[in-house]
Amino acid sequence: MIADCKILNRAALTQRLVAKLRDEAVVAGIGNTNFDLYAAGHRPQNFYMLGSMGLAVPIALGVAMAQPQRGVIALEGDGSILMSLGCLSTVAMVKPRNLTIIIMDNGIYQITGKQPTSTQSTADIVAISRASGIASSFWIRDEAHFDELIDRALGDGGPTLLAAKIDDQPAVTQTVRDPALIRNRFMKGLGTGRGGALDA
Amino acid sequence: MGWAESCLDTLKENDVRLVTYVPDNVLTPLIKCANADNYFISVCTTREDEAIGMVAGAWMAGLRGCVMMQTSGFGTLPNALASLLVPYGIPAILIVSERGTLGEFNLGQTLVSRTMRPTLDSIAMTHHTLTDEKTMPFVVDRAIKQAVATQTPVALILSPLLTGGKVFKP
Repeated sequence: MIADCKILNRAALTQRLVAKLRDEAVVAGIGNTNFDLYAAGHRPQNFYMLGSMGLAVPIALGVAMAQPQRGVIALEGDGSILMSLGCLSTVAMVKPRNLTIIIMDNGIYQITGKQPTSTQSTADIVAISRASGIASSFWIRDEAHFDELIDRALGDGGPTLLAAKIDDQPAVTQTVRDPALIRNRFMKGLGTGRGGALDA
Repeated sequence: MGWAESCLDTLKENDVRLVTYVPDNVLTPLIKCANADNYFISVCTTREDEAIGMVAGAWMAGLRGCVMMQTSGFGTLPNALASLLVPYGIPAILIVSERGTLGEFNLGQTLVSRTMRPTLDSIAMTHHTLTDEKTMPFVVDRAIKQAVATQTPVALILSPLLTGGKVFKP
């Protein structure tokens, strides 16, 4: 239930997630979502989006299908997922066991001036996700509940969607905006780079 | 062998396994054959930009893919092309069945189709229009090889001259 949710902080929750990761790929949506992933300490398996709002989940789904043995996490905001709700039904249909979606829901388009999203008043992302066919969709009650849910998602398999109610704090830093570099580093992190000696 | 089988053979020869699509009448033989062939991993998506995202993620993780759509579906893509595929250098293969020309009966299709090539040109995305079965394998093969080698996306536009298009039946 949304009403039971403690308001968390995105940066702190992202750090909590990153501390648990091994070689999982993380695809983070535009703006604060990927800024906080970057701020939590760059990992070679991180992909930062600099545009294409709403495509974090589809990109993560593509990674998950290409590398079924690797855990894959999509980090997305409420505004972004509202833009592309159809992708949740695609995830449910494809059923990638290695995909976990985490929605940071602050009920606002934080980066553009805090305009309210529909989750502030009416929409329930977890209910939408369940109705799209992702049975393992949960609101995160607090930090301990997050630990329990993410351990289960990374261990037992998904697809899983976890949503957190978060505060309205902006990110503390910004990701380096170099798409070619981001892609090359990500591919190296996934073992698909072709840099050869250039990657040494 | 029809144009659809020939096209899929060329995709196979180039290790393009992931086939994402938003359904289209003209593309039906292509989608049907891809769905029936275990080599391909076919996924019907809800929107074309979603398919672009999937193919981008899959390619970065080592699986080549294509996106099939009709012209009006292409019309939803400029942001995904200009802020994902092109700047990140991702060789997605777009296969677009061309509506809006050579006997089009829907004015909406006609207008949206006029935005397609100018959009592609404005972001310097390579595109080829396929008009006959004889040259198609060569064009598709070389287009994929160039996309992968130079890490740039490419659009293959299937003209009604190749597919027969969709005709008005009163």
